[in-house]
Amino acid sequence: MLKSRHLLGIKELQAEEIMLVLESASSFKDVLKRDIKKVPALRGRTVVNLFFEPSTRTRTSFELAAKRLSTDVVNFSAPSSSILKGETMLDTALTVEALGADIIIIRHASSGVPHMLASHLKASVINAGDGTNEHPTQALLDAFTINEKKGGIKGLKVAIVGDILHSRVAKSNIYCLKKLGADVRLIGPATLLPGEFRALGTDIFCDMDEGLRDVDVVMMLRLQLERQGKGFFPSTTEYFSRWGLSKKRLELAKKDVIVMHPGPMNRGIEIASDVADGANSVILEQVTNGLAVRMSVMFHLDERAGK
Amino acid sequence: MPKVLLDNKEIDRALTRIGHEIIERNKGVEDLCLVGIQRGGVHLASRLAAKIAATEGLAKPIPMGSLDISFYRDDIRLRKHAVRRTEIPFPVEGRKIVLVDDVFFTGRSIRAALDAIMDLGRPAIIQLAVLVDRGHRELPIRADYAGKNVPTSMSETVQVLLEEEGFTEDRVVLVSPGEPEPGESGRGEGAGA
Repeated sequence: MLKSRHLLGIKELQAEEIMLVLESASSFKDVLKRDIKKVPALRGRTVVNLFFEPSTRTRTSFELAAKRLSTDVVNFSAPSSSILKGETMLDTALTVEALGADIIIIRHASSGVPHMLASHLKASVINAGDGTNEHPTQALLDAFTINEKKGGIKGLKVAIVGDILHSRVAKSNIYCLKKLGADVRLIGPATLLPGEFRALGTDIFCDMDEGLRDVDVVMMLRLQLERQGKGFFPSTTEYFSRWGLSKKRLELAKKDVIVMHPGPMNRGIEIASDVADGANSVILEQVTNGLAVRMSVMFHLDERAGK
Repeated sequence: MPKVLLDNKEIDRALTRIGHEIIERNKGVEDLCLVGIQRGGVHLASRLAAKIAATEGLAKPIPMGSLDISFYRDDIRLRKHAVRRTEIPFPVEGRKIVLVDDVFFTGRSIRAALDAIMDLGRPAIIQLAVLVDRGHRELPIRADYAGKNVPTSMSETVQVLLEEEGFTEDRVVLVSPGEPEPGESGRGEGAGA
């Protein structure tokens, strides 16, 4: 059983809680392969997607996961909401709760918003990405994918490559993989990879060829193009030549390496097309697994909510 | 000490008899398959499958599956453990399915199991085999095959302790309130619902 009724970050979770979610996710994945891809587990509950930042993939994944659990789902996105009319974020959340929401899924551009809202709400809060802090369900689905492909996580060499500094995906993944006993290394330009990350128990490489040697998993991050021209890297062409994942570079890793990307991908900027579509890529499986893992998270939070 | 309702020999005899009854009722084993409810029911189903195959002199065992009913329960907030796998390695369409559970109590687990199977397809018939029927039904559901009927009070629990779960000898025990339980607490599932 999970200790909290909220999922705010991986930092707050214990390894056993992570494993509980991953274990049940396997059963949910089986459900998704059936003709009837739906179970009545959360029938009668209401899930609200409260997205203050644009997102299609994550929102759709949460929405479908909630529907597969037989909940009623409402999407509430900032541009169409009362935020424009001057309502505070907390009032918006309280209103959604007053409408009967049992689980509120929040994405916001500022770090810590889900934590703030959770302290005021009776509903369960799931962090779907807050600023540069965490994106816990992405890390859980990545861990599920690695566990499924490799038969375990402990002792694996995992490289996370790219804009670590601004990446909530990277942060959640570092917490998650370290808790499960993986050997995590970060690769990227020094401007996007501050030395403080060593404090999380990771190795740091600016030279990608050196960092990729003998790794079991390569996790590529999206290069946030909106940061272009802010001096973090000279140009996207140069970025690809130094930190992009090409077929040749991938040969430095173990033969059975798996290549991951949380999406959306910039083909030819952080990852070459033939790698993204190649035999080692598990990128589309990550998307499928995301559904199963998010079902599992909601299922276990609901179980906790009754206590 | 908890009262022993069935010892290892009695459990074995009950399963042997249920195996014969299943064959007799279904006029053989054509289209027959066994589905055990996680977790005690799974062990009993595989024992029954072996017995039926031996009685009928079959070269291949009877098809067998396991069913986790967590997603279909009406009380998921009372659950204590992770969700176990549902593995039914055959299409249920048109089959004769015998659901197997260890303890038959309120009938709510069986209701959940029926819904879970229906979501996998449309079997020709579903029957129910249980090792112990302890009464106190809360739904109009009955067993087709029962190892032993035991009158119990609501406050007692019935525990089925099997070798497959690490116990030294098979036993079914009746535990009175306040008595120490012989099995670990996580096993309340079969006993409770």
